[in-house]
Amino acid sequence: MPKRIVVPFGPQHPVLPEPIHLDLVLEDELVVDVVPSIGYIHRGLEQLVQKREFTEYVYVAERICGICSFMHALCYCQGIEHIMKVEVPDRAKYLRTIWSECSRLHSHLLWLGLFADGMGFENLFMRSWQLRESVLDVLEDTTGGRVIQGTCKVGGIRRDIGQEKLDEMHRALDPFEQQCRDLGDVFLNDETVKYRLQGLGVISKDEAYTLGAAGPTLRGSGVAVDLRETGYAAYGDLGFKPIVETAGDCYARCAVRVKEVYASIDLIRRAIDGIPEGPLDVKVKGAPDGEYFSRVEQPRGEVVHYLRGDGTKHLARARIRTPTLANIPALVKMLPGAQLADVPVVVLSIDPCISCTER
Amino acid sequence: MSTMAFLKRSPWILHYDASSCNGCDIEVLACLTPLYDVERFGIINTGNPKHADILLITGGINSQNRPVVRNLYEQMPEPKVVVAIGACAATGGIFRECYNIAGGVDKVIPVDVYVPGCAARPEQIIDGVVKALGILEEKREKMTGKAEIKEGARHAAEAGEGT
Ligand code: SF4
Repeated sequence: MPKRIVVPFGPQHPVLPEPIHLDLVLEDELVVDVVPSIGYIHRGLEQLVQKREFTEYVYVAERICGICSFMHALCYCQGIEHIMKVEVPDRAKYLRTIWSECSRLHSHLLWLGLFADGMGFENLFMRSWQLRESVLDVLEDTTGGRVIQGTCKVGGIRRDIGQEKLDEMHRALDPFEQQCRDLGDVFLNDETVKYRLQGLGVISKDEAYTLGAAGPTLRGSGVAVDLRETGYAAYGDLGFKPIVETAGDCYARCAVRVKEVYASIDLIRRAIDGIPEGPLDVKVKGAPDGEYFSRVEQPRGEVVHYLRGDGTKHLARARIRTPTLANIPALVKMLPGAQLADVPVVVLSIDPCISCTER
Repeated sequence: MSTMAFLKRSPWILHYDASSCNGCDIEVLACLTPLYDVERFGIINTGNPKHADILLITGGINSQNRPVVRNLYEQMPEPKVVVAIGACAATGGIFRECYNIAGGVDKVIPVDVYVPGCAARPEQIIDGVVKALGILEEKREKMTGKAEIKEGARHAAEAGEGT
């Protein structure tokens, strides 16, 4: 009977850009149990709704997470708009979609890089992050910020993208897509990558579903759930089909994200083609009175903002459920049976975003 | 960039995310990747506090990470420099009124350089690190100075004993 030892993993660890702590129970090199503990980044920003007016809280919502910042703002704004029955102009919806997909691109490329780093494929890490910079350039050009954009507001958006810039973006998409496909090809077809990832950290369809996993973690196990199908912003006009893999291992989760990169490029292309003229925002009068569960598909999965207003400038309650929190139970299920050396890869495969999780 | 021109040593960096929103974090990481590539100056990101000269901290202090930050700082060998990155690390930033945020990093450990911005841009971060290098060099000189004085005194004492 091998002896059991407990290895602490985190909160400060070379492969983790963010602090999460896992106690790994090992038998020799094999992981048999995992106890996660979180709270290193808890700030308590849900309560800030009582100190910030509902229109100002957009800035705080953006800073729940610096990677999916735009989508947090979008989710919050859509919630408030629904409560206040504000109809956002079409051009704003399209631009929101374009920025959302840009965020998804930069998030997925960032993740692909970190994942490659976790596998020990340094070269691929650098290559992914190099590609990501061209997305950040577009974001900076169009919004002024690289990672925190600040363009979403209640009732619409704050800035337009001129036709000239849209054309330029459109022209840049083809070469960019080619580069992404070259990169994705390594992730999907390279023998060493496959050897490292296939069959690792498997979670079955039923388990993923019952544990409430979200996003690529769920779709990698064969459950076709993607909130973009519900048609918020301009996704209804553009049409969207979820990307699904069935194996449920690290390779499948990686494949989902690689293919979502291609899908995002396609969505941006079609959004630029179809963008209507018109105003950017509508005036918002009064204060929210009512409650709503606002949901948006982030790069990591489904985010839920529950918002309740009582007719004053300050919301009574905000509750934010982020995708990583939903994926941690799935992670705890995936790890047992893995080798200690594979733990970083499995942890990264759910794309953990701790500052979201702990708010 | 004048400090860079005569960079004598290869400073190693330790990065810790205290309670940032990730915005500043990924900008720190972006500094290491091809567009900015600080590794060409010999600056390397290490995971081990015992190897590090410069501590880059993003985000403010909360009750859970307070001992972690202090622990990391204490494990680093002297001389060491702390760079606080972003508005959060300086004062708590946008989260300063949150119930779980005690304030900036300087509530727990001494900070040498503050890099402003929300999020701080990679160029600014590199600038901050360059400033930190100057301070590191100063601290080192002071230390060696002190060591030499001590050494000198020891020699003098030994010489005194001899006669
Ligand atoms: S300063 Fe701004 S971008 Fe940086 S961690 Fe704080 S909130 Fe995020």
